[in-house]
Amino acid sequence: MDNIAGTKSTLTWAVHISVLALVLLWLFPTMGLFVSSFRTGDQITQSGWWKAMFPAELTEQFRAADPDENRIETEAGVFVVEGDFRQEGLGGEISTWGTSSRDLAAYAPGDTADLGEGETFTVNADGTYVWQGNADQIEGRGQRVFITALEPPEFTLANYDQVLLDPRNSEGMAKAFFNTLTVVIPATIIPILVAAFAAYALAWMDFPGRALLIAAVVGLLVVPLQLALIPLLKLHNEIGIGKGYLGVWLAHTGFGMPLAIYLLRNYMVGLPRDIIENAKVDGATDFQIFTKIILPLSFPALASFAIFQFLWTWNDLLVALVFLIDSSGETTVMTKQIVELLGTRGGDWEILATSAFVSIAVPLVVFFAMQRFLVRGLLAGSVK
Amino acid sequence: MNPALLGLLTIVIGVGGCVGYFYFSNVFLDKVLFPASGPNASRNINRANKIRPWLFLAPALLALGLYLAYPVFETLRLSFLERLPGGRTQFVGFDNYTRMFAEPKFMEALRNNMLWLIVVPAGSTAFGLLAAQLTDRISWGSVAKSLIFMPMAISFVGAAVIFKLVYETRPEDAQQIGVLNALWLRFDGGIGSFIFLKIVPAILLLGFAAALAWIVWVTIRKIREPRLASGLKIVFALLALLMAYIAVSSVLNAGSVLTAELDYGTPMTWLTIPFWNNFFLMIVLVWIQTGFAMVILSAALRGIPEETIEAAIIDGANPFQIFFSIKVPQIMSTIVVVWTTITIATLKVFDIVFAMTNGQWETQVLANYMYDKLFRANDWGVGSASAMIIMLLVTPILVWNVYNARKEMR
Repeated sequence: MDNIAGTKSTLTWAVHISVLALVLLWLFPTMGLFVSSFRTGDQITQSGWWKAMFPAELTEQFRAADPDENRIETEAGVFVVEGDFRQEGLGGEISTWGTSSRDLAAYAPGDTADLGEGETFTVNADGTYVWQGNADQIEGRGQRVFITALEPPEFTLANYDQVLLDPRNSEGMAKAFFNTLTVVIPATIIPILVAAFAAYALAWMDFPGRALLIAAVVGLLVVPLQLALIPLLKLHNEIGIGKGYLGVWLAHTGFGMPLAIYLLRNYMVGLPRDIIENAKVDGATDFQIFTKIILPLSFPALASFAIFQFLWTWNDLLVALVFLIDSSGETTVMTKQIVELLGTRGGDWEILATSAFVSIAVPLVVFFAMQRFLVRGLLAGSVK
Repeated sequence: MNPALLGLLTIVIGVGGCVGYFYFSNVFLDKVLFPASGPNASRNINRANKIRPWLFLAPALLALGLYLAYPVFETLRLSFLERLPGGRTQFVGFDNYTRMFAEPKFMEALRNNMLWLIVVPAGSTAFGLLAAQLTDRISWGSVAKSLIFMPMAISFVGAAVIFKLVYETRPEDAQQIGVLNALWLRFDGGIGSFIFLKIVPAILLLGFAAALAWIVWVTIRKIREPRLASGLKIVFALLALLMAYIAVSSVLNAGSVLTAELDYGTPMTWLTIPFWNNFFLMIVLVWIQTGFAMVILSAALRGIPEETIEAAIIDGANPFQIFFSIKVPQIMSTIVVVWTTITIATLKVFDIVFAMTNGQWETQVLANYMYDKLFRANDWGVGSASAMIIMLLVTPILVWNVYNARKEMR
């Protein structure tokens, strides 16, 4: 299209810029989560994540060393505690400091703060400090100091360590990760198998009522699963499955079935008729035709449904809430765990962001690796 | 037993069971029930072939029937019942429905759902069409496409966390860590604020109204065609009325946007501003669904015959005319498919509201209302009744899809 006369070059530039703007707009929210998951809680609350690439002013609280152990009597009645805040984690260049949380920027580096009745405190630009006063003043706990410094950008893996590898598993994400996997794998494989046979029957076998069944599948494609919650929960309780993995597998199998049959049938109908008829003439049974010819040829459709079902079961919250998670909470999945964290740790963005990113990382990998099949499946399912 | 082991075992049993069922039922049919040998061989082969489709279909039909068809009728039945203590039930007629419609929270959910149904499909389709048209024309279009498509893979809950960070509010004297508030605080009521927060939104609203008016006009022209069935005419007339109403109200809103007093300099808690917070939630779904719309519309755009476009260029059409008068009419049927698919996804929206506001601050939607009734209030009657409302809203699309599918098969 671009080489056709009439397309203007200024317009091409406008197109490039608008696409770039659109892409950035679409990426920006996810980037926020991604960057935040590599920052400490303090960093997240003190500056927006978009500033994470640049040095940031960070105010931290420090305490002078324990006076009872470290004080030195320099002259009669005058005690001094000296030390270096750099060794306690202070990084970057000190811009201001203060001794009260109400006035954080009271002093510049090198200034000496007068704490009253002869007690003084000095913080130097290199992070060393001198605390001086009489015996009563230099005792008990170390003096509090608030230092605002220009910290270089810093990223950490500590959040991932806490969320995934913490042996106490306080956020519950590691277990939820495996629970999600336990839900997803059978709930993806079993519907494919069941649907593939049905799709073959609907595509290549002749029997009365076939058209009606296909119409029914198309109709069931849009039935909201909300309707199924109560009747099925009741059913599961009556036949003794109750809440648990078996129930959620069955539910996902049922809910994924219309799309599976629809996608696979649409694909199988398009396979060349000659191959199947030749095989029939050669004496192959339907079962053989299906396993030896149809299944291998339908691989792209099988793959695209598998991705759909995988994404949908991995990302699902409602079905898990209703059919899986019981009061013990042992079988919680990641989506539920994140909703829980939103409630209990709403302000702790380092935990929230990391947990959310852990849960979306796997689908993202699958998405980028298998995008070809996903697009093909979408097109088969929607464009007619 | 360890759940991972249990999962593995289920895969083996499930897959093995399925394969075994299909294999052995076929063997049983061919070898035992109707053997293809002996005096009745040909009759037996015919009989076996009559039964075989049902062997292939049986597990799928069982799953479909038990997990989707049966619940529709069971929910309908439950919506007319009230649970009495001791596990008994009592038929109460439309009592659940009247109780539900009397509840302000339900009416709020209904109103919000209507708003969602207008904004999300329209927004996603419009952005999707824009992205499809733009990315098709540049060299790095496929990369851009896959990045815009990416939110498709992110769960609603994950998206909720992502956007909660965008909407995060900090006290006035602290650094804002939410992008939206950081942007908002840059506006101070000066000329820039006037342009970006009043003129631009007003123009957008007026443009939206103009687009709607154009569609209404096209629809009216369509209604006056004599060939159209009268049933469709009524549907079109209702749609035109609805769109005209929305167009008029957006013109009125454009006026109120221009005169609104904005609270410059104060960080906003976006998700607690009644009415507008609905839009902040809708943005999340638009963000997710745009990629879907884009992928499908871009395929449809590529399917347009080149000659029609070349002919338009030779006739001197400018790019905008080509897009709106040549391309869009040719992909109209795909736009309708995309629109209805997103409409269905929107009708069922649950996770986003559940995770972000849980229906507080007047953001309730039907699916979350239903969940509330079913599992918090334990009121199965009203819960089922609200599920039936969702079903009722889906039904026109269901009928339309089935109608199209049957037409295609003939």
